[in-house]
Amino acid sequence: MITRWVVRRLDDRLGFSPLARSGLNKVFPDHWSFMMGEIALYAFVYLVVSGTFLALFFDASLAETVYEGSFQPMRGTTVSAAYASTVSLSFDVRLGLVMRQSHHWAALLFIGAIVVHLARIFFTGAFRRPRGINWLVGVTLLLLAIVNGFAGYSLPDDLLSGTGLRVANAVLLSIPVVGSWLAFAVFGGEFPGEQVVGRLFIVHVLFVPALITALITAHMAILTRQKHSQFPGPGRTDTNVVGSRLWPGYAVRSLGLLCAVFAACLLLGGAVQINPVWVWGAFESGYTTGPAQPDFYVGWVDGALRLFPAYEPVVFGHVLPSVFLPAVVLPGVTFLALYLWPFLERLVTHDSNEHQVLERPRERPVRVAIGVAALTFYGLLLVSFGLDVVTRYTGIPVFTLLAVARIAVLVLPFVTGAIAFVLARALRDSGADGVLALRASDLRAALRRQSRPAARPAAQSAVPEPLPDHIPVEAGPVP
Amino acid sequence: MTPRPSAAAERAVAACFLIATGGSVAFVVAYVVNAGPQWFGGLLAMAFAGLALGLILWAGHLLPTGTYVEQRPPMAPPRREQTAFLDGLDRGGDRTPGLLRRTLVLAMLALGAAAVVPLRSLFPLRIDPREELRRTPWRDGSRVVTKDGQPVRADDVEVGAFLTVFPEGHTTADDATAVLLRLEPGDLDRASGEPTVGGGLIAFSKLCTHAGCPVGLYEQTTRVLLCPCHQSVFDVLQGARPVSGPAARPLPRLPLSIDGDGDVRAAGDFRGQVGPTFWRSV
Repeated sequence: MITRWVVRRLDDRLGFSPLARSGLNKVFPDHWSFMMGEIALYAFVYLVVSGTFLALFFDASLAETVYEGSFQPMRGTTVSAAYASTVSLSFDVRLGLVMRQSHHWAALLFIGAIVVHLARIFFTGAFRRPRGINWLVGVTLLLLAIVNGFAGYSLPDDLLSGTGLRVANAVLLSIPVVGSWLAFAVFGGEFPGEQVVGRLFIVHVLFVPALITALITAHMAILTRQKHSQFPGPGRTDTNVVGSRLWPGYAVRSLGLLCAVFAACLLLGGAVQINPVWVWGAFESGYTTGPAQPDFYVGWVDGALRLFPAYEPVVFGHVLPSVFLPAVVLPGVTFLALYLWPFLERLVTHDSNEHQVLERPRERPVRVAIGVAALTFYGLLLVSFGLDVVTRYTGIPVFTLLAVARIAVLVLPFVTGAIAFVLARALRDSGADGVLALRASDLRAALRRQSRPAARPAAQSAVPEPLPDHIPVEAGPVP
Repeated sequence: MTPRPSAAAERAVAACFLIATGGSVAFVVAYVVNAGPQWFGGLLAMAFAGLALGLILWAGHLLPTGTYVEQRPPMAPPRREQTAFLDGLDRGGDRTPGLLRRTLVLAMLALGAAAVVPLRSLFPLRIDPREELRRTPWRDGSRVVTKDGQPVRADDVEVGAFLTVFPEGHTTADDATAVLLRLEPGDLDRASGEPTVGGGLIAFSKLCTHAGCPVGLYEQTTRVLLCPCHQSVFDVLQGARPVSGPAARPLPRLPLSIDGDGDVRAAGDFRGQVGPTFWRSV
């Protein structure tokens, strides 16, 4: 075999085979929910590949140019080079439109997968020691992914993303003391300025992707070093990992997942239109599109901007802009809470032991309640950012919808949180397989009881019962 | 416990790989004949989906998966090892004079501060944002023009009209964007406090005082301006006061005059800060 020949020659010079062999034998636990992070990773790979293609044709400049491409309604009009090149790479570069649309879809998939991955980590307690460090890396990755999504979305200099940049400008301006300086630094002067697209471009294709790449590397290095956590089950303890070996089973399956992610992005990119900038038109001072919705990953902030009351107090002799609380403080508090969660929880549980076996969500009803309440809150903010579209299709006045949403966003999280708490407690105490298997008596018991009995064992993992056919992975020298 | 290779699984995996091959070949053909984005995306997706399915079936049916056990030694090395490493880090440290440490930290901090200052180069040094944000290109006597630079004659603005206007020579100045409206004669009494010219002409900044979006909709029946971004509503008959939505300040009014030729002109800059509020002293 030629491969054997090549590997031998390389190994003679580099001496990697003992380490690489233990790498091949590395065990990964099997569970469908562990694929979310992989999906995010592969979406990022797709973003790099498709983004490289786009960068070959995109011109990140606000210089005025006359569009001469094949899109008839626009021919002869004077637009920015950024807008003209976006339309050109969509219509005149073969495969360009598929790459542009699939790049956008991949970005939505990337951030969506990160959020689901985060929820999985949260509800199963995978952030507990020793994984707090990787939780911090992961939350930073989510933040960077959102920043890069917004930067990329703003590049084409179309009327819709220009409106998004207007709001971003307002958000920067609202920051006390330094706001106006920050906004001018980003835009190169007063909005719209002439610099922002060039600056966002370098942020979008170099600064943030480089940071994301570095942090993904750290994320996976830490994962490899600490080994993957696993769900409770027969033979699974805090001192072992039960699952498939990296080579070949796990690697081949994961490669299949990569191909599936690529297939999904390409299918969406070819078949489902997204962000048709030629419909929105070029950015123009004084005009906007209506309705105007950003991508979902910033939609929750936009929803908060719509719901927050008209409140502009005077603080220290200065006007505190009305967008400051919903668009700066709320996202700030959100990410602060995410960053601090493992440490806040430890303050309450006093549990600083190492955990390799995950918890089922039901084992922590309070955590489930907080998680479900948070998902409800941010979900409702996300719904609120599209209420004017709901009006368009249902005819219900948008002000009625906004009034309802203002109340719902404050009340419903408590309702869903309480329901989740009771269900989790009923599941925990009854041992039922799922919510549908609960009996009325289980629910009544969960509602009545004050706290869980202390006698209950922590998890099944405390009693290791080896599987009859488990195969220990050899780690030592070759016999 | 290697699963016995099953002939059926092998055939299925091979079929998937053949589908993937077909997708790639068909994509090349589609590219050459320029079949269109649906074909490009669909056929490439077919190639990757075939590979995906084949690989997943292969891993699931023909490769050993599950129930391998690897021991997981505790993360923390023995205390002794840690101490030895830390001692190594400290090598020579106990003989470093405190003065050197303190001045080194000082030098680093100074360098860090010096590295931040050039960020000011991101916009022209002569500009003070707080001054720029408070004024627009409108001056007393600025001729009111439309986006394409046409002067606006007072008589040409009809009742119910909603014109986006700029000061002459500044039709791309975003902060100067204004809306020019003509109120109905009957409205003039209701809007008694509003200084109109030419029998009902009135102008406001077009930038929403909430997040700075152009207030793009004028509902003539209710005499309100509506922002499409976050649904702020401004009552034209009450000096563009916000009556609903998240905006907290009225749209600043642009004072108007009409010159001898019947053209609309500005009688000064906006009465108030245009666009989104920034952190400013009252």
